[in-house]
Amino acid sequence: MKEYQTITEVSGPLVFAEVDEPIGYDEIVEIELSGGETKRGQVLESEDGVVSIQVFEGTDGIDRNSSVRFLGETMKMPVTEDLLGRVLDGSGNPIDDGPDIVPEERRDIVGAAINPFAREFPSEFIQTGVSGIDGMNTLVRGQKLPLFSGSGLPHNDLALQIARQATVPEEKREAAEASDEPRAGEGEGEGGETEFAVVFAAMGITQEEANEFMEDFERTGALERSVVFMNLADDPAVERTVTPRLALTTAEYLAFDEEYHVLVILTDMTNYCEALREIGAAREEVPGRRGYPGYMYTDLATLYERAGRIEGQDGSITQIPILTMPGDDDTHPIPDLTGYITEGQIYVDRDMNSKGHEPPIYVPPSLSRLMDEGTGEGLTREDHGDVSDQLYAAYAEGEDLRSLENIVGREALSDLDNTYLDFADRFEAEFVNQGFDTERSIEETLEVGWELLSMFPKEELNRVDEELIEEYYHEDAEREPVEADD
Amino acid sequence: MSQATETEVGGEGRIASVSGPVVVATGLDARMNDVVYVGEEGLMGEIIEIEGDRTTVQVYEETSAVAPGEPVETTGEPLSVDLGPGMMDSVYDGVQRPLDVLESQMGAFLDRGVDAPGIDLDREWAFEPTVEEGDDVGPTDVVGVVEETETIDHRVMVPPGSDGGTVETVREGAFTVEDPVAVLDTGEEVTMRQEWPVREARPTEEKKTPTEPLISGQRILDGLFPLAKGGTAAIPGPFGSGKTVTQQSLAKFADADIVVYIGCGERGNEMTEVIEDFPELPDPQTGNSLMARTCLIANTSNMPVAARESCVYTGITIAEFYRDMGYDVALMADSTSRWAEAMREISSRLEEMPGEEGYPAYLAARLSQFYERAGYFENINGREGSISAIGAVSPPGGDFSEPVTQNTLRIVKCFWALDKDLAERRHFPAINWDDSYSLYRDQLDPWFEDNVEADWPETRQWAIDTLDEEGELQEIVQLVGKDALPDDQRLTLDVAQYLREAYLQQNALHDVDQYCPPEKTYDILSAIKTYNDEAFDALDAGVPVDEITDIDAAPRLNRLGTTDDYEPEVESIEEDVAEQLEALY
Ligand SMILES: Nc1ncnc2c1ncn2[C@@H]1O[C@H](COP(=O)(O)OP(=O)(O)OP(=O)(O)O)[C@@H](O)[C@H]1O
Ligand SMILES: [Mg+2]
Repeated sequence: MKEYQTITEVSGPLVFAEVDEPIGYDEIVEIELSGGETKRGQVLESEDGVVSIQVFEGTDGIDRNSSVRFLGETMKMPVTEDLLGRVLDGSGNPIDDGPDIVPEERRDIVGAAINPFAREFPSEFIQTGVSGIDGMNTLVRGQKLPLFSGSGLPHNDLALQIARQATVPEEKREAAEASDEPRAGEGEGEGGETEFAVVFAAMGITQEEANEFMEDFERTGALERSVVFMNLADDPAVERTVTPRLALTTAEYLAFDEEYHVLVILTDMTNYCEALREIGAAREEVPGRRGYPGYMYTDLATLYERAGRIEGQDGSITQIPILTMPGDDDTHPIPDLTGYITEGQIYVDRDMNSKGHEPPIYVPPSLSRLMDEGTGEGLTREDHGDVSDQLYAAYAEGEDLRSLENIVGREALSDLDNTYLDFADRFEAEFVNQGFDTERSIEETLEVGWELLSMFPKEELNRVDEELIEEYYHEDAEREPVEADD
Repeated sequence: MSQATETEVGGEGRIASVSGPVVVATGLDARMNDVVYVGEEGLMGEIIEIEGDRTTVQVYEETSAVAPGEPVETTGEPLSVDLGPGMMDSVYDGVQRPLDVLESQMGAFLDRGVDAPGIDLDREWAFEPTVEEGDDVGPTDVVGVVEETETIDHRVMVPPGSDGGTVETVREGAFTVEDPVAVLDTGEEVTMRQEWPVREARPTEEKKTPTEPLISGQRILDGLFPLAKGGTAAIPGPFGSGKTVTQQSLAKFADADIVVYIGCGERGNEMTEVIEDFPELPDPQTGNSLMARTCLIANTSNMPVAARESCVYTGITIAEFYRDMGYDVALMADSTSRWAEAMREISSRLEEMPGEEGYPAYLAARLSQFYERAGYFENINGREGSISAIGAVSPPGGDFSEPVTQNTLRIVKCFWALDKDLAERRHFPAINWDDSYSLYRDQLDPWFEDNVEADWPETRQWAIDTLDEEGELQEIVQLVGKDALPDDQRLTLDVAQYLREAYLQQNALHDVDQYCPPEKTYDILSAIKTYNDEAFDALDAGVPVDEITDIDAAPRLNRLGTTDDYEPEVESIEEDVAEQLEALY
């Protein structure tokens, strides 16, 4: 391996060096500073005679005397089942004083795309125990469902609650599997009966936030079945562009080689995107919207699309990326491009939070696009879809009336309108606001739903099948007599 | 050059630089748009710029570890597709590599450097001649048919570039796509396989004005904003508003002969859904499997961006081939914005002068070239065929003022605007009835009058007027509440609510509601109008509005969409409405 002392330019996170041999695009580079410290980087552009290198750990301290070594390979992640229980830094080096990691294999971190022909459409209901998700925006195994949040909101508490509670209920799983053609080697991975292995990738979060996660993982014993990657706020920004790829490469190994059902939490995607922007600016690229690179959609897709199921394989990757929307604005490129790639999104909302609701999920703009596949008879319960539709419709109506109520007052509204207003309040306070420590089964969630829907006269429930109304409606619920209208 | 050709490669150059999907080679003697093989692994690419000795190539595969100095070879031919039987019921990537073949060669993950022909070269097809020896044939004339799928008779044509001639021999029997099935007196051999460069439109005789609707089975589309066979439509909308669901509904139910569905830079799971569902679903016209009339092109968001740029061309060239046979083809591209972004990415790597929002200055031209390839045509062989093109648009932040939406709007004649508010209220399809339009409405009315009901246009106009009026009234209601309105206006609001819930809304996930034939579309609307007319009569007779809107027959309108045997129910609702209202005065 040749060493060069040929750095010609250092600019932001980029280093340019002259070479006299061909260097592969994307290859890994080591730069040794005069003081002996080494930094790692990656070839961004390779030309005859000169390469540009993106340095992960920041370029401070690099000068013309630093030496550059090209490793002749692209970036790899050493993978093994033994990674479970380990804590690594943002570049994949252990930081938990544990034993050396003996890899089974070293895998390219730029994962290859899953052939759409080889995918299996996700359809197994994951019970998160959170009504705002299970009832209204159901998550399924192999889905990518981000949390759209804002700075200072308790998205981490929600993510932890999901990581803690997420299971695939036994009988539901059997039902889902029975409807599939039988496969050889059917059975659960060693990751426990129904529990998930967790791959957690922190990008630019604060030490305090990181501690929150670590303490929870340790307290609940989840750490044993987790792999943690930590790039903290004071770690180099450029490293953030590799952290999620290391994490997803690990997740792919666990899911598709070791048959685990893996839950990947990526936080905070906003910091990841800022790092992309920084590199783009340093390369003097033509920026896209609000200064983010024009290829950010594609770049994010190469992360998010690494979720899924593969036909004939037992494992799965379910992703919950977390992002804080700058200015709580969901048209900002980061949430916008994310929403265009992921299979729905859950809004963690400031107003709901200031009302004290835990978790502060705002249901109307939230969506799970795979809900339909994973719910209904034999999967969750026959009334699930209708109940969710009706709750949506009634809550939307209630919210509309709230603005009217502000103008004309409650007295000017009909009894039915008042019921809608009461419903909207109770939906937030009882259905959504269950607390971060409460776990509800899907049956419990639907029961709360029916209790609230039974505030209305039956005729008002036009989204629910009549037979289901007969079966589940609470006849004895307190409700306003509608006949007495006017 | 297509995937099937084993062309002599000539003119070898060397890589000078690599940056993502863009590679610059020197010493290469090649033409613009020619296909080249890049590097030791022979990755497929296309020449997109020539400047002196420097040739720029966009590579259709991942370029990690490719280094300067590695060889670049040109095939001397432009990017082409293989055309012939076997395209129906296939799933391709953006450069027509069959994804099932790739899976069997390299497993679940897409590796690189693998070629596979677009159509099976070994399979034999039972060819039946439709010409006899001694017949004269010209370019694109049909010489015979093979049963490509249970639904599609594949018409084997003389290539468009042929000079034609007299059929000297023609053979019935089982042949591969490369065997000659007919020989002309000029010595030309006609095979089932043709090749065509994707960036070039296949020739036609004449473009005609479309007069037949492409029936979509979607009430709001057929009823209010119809698309013609041979027409163009755009579906713009923010994420999660229903572009893909609408496109998939069209792919399932539109009364086209052939469907070409292009998943351009979107989700892998959505393509998997189609791959899993379509073989199981019946084509509403033939009852056969939907896949039997469908060709899927899946270049998902994480697949190479250069192949994304080419996938719409691959798709429309395949569509043109079936149009030449005389079929009505419906082509969906989800999403054209991802295609535009691929152009932008390549353009910026070329350091071209950026236009609006970084898109290349030729964005508008490329979009219109694409949509221009749609239309209702008289083909060279005298047959009529059509391509209807429906493009999804994904505007950043849902803001329609951005370049891709705006440039698309200038070209297409149907605009189905998806609305975030409606989607949030779970009003699906979330097509905004104020903002959307169809410029085909008038030219299609005669068809609906003749084939569905004579007063189709009038009934539609009534619906539009009522919805307009509701829009104005809602603004007042926002300020003072519904109860402050006079009775007739309150009644209008009630009727409009049925229009929205029973007519405009349609659940794509419901077994029955997902497909609504035009007769049912008409009947539902007409039942709502009957309620309207009877209700206003009652109001005129002095019945208080609350009593009118309280009758229990009217809410049954909302369940018509999901009712399979709807005709007796429509009748029964109309009778009960009349009876219940007349009982009030
Ligand atoms: N006609 C419909 N009936 C029922 N549900 C619908 C309908 N249209 C859309 N939806 C719902 O909206 C969700 C999002 O729709 P879709 O995936 O088509 O959005 P999109 O516009 O393609 O979004 P993106 O730009 O992110 O791809 C669907 O998963 C489904 O739940
Ligand atoms: Mg979509």
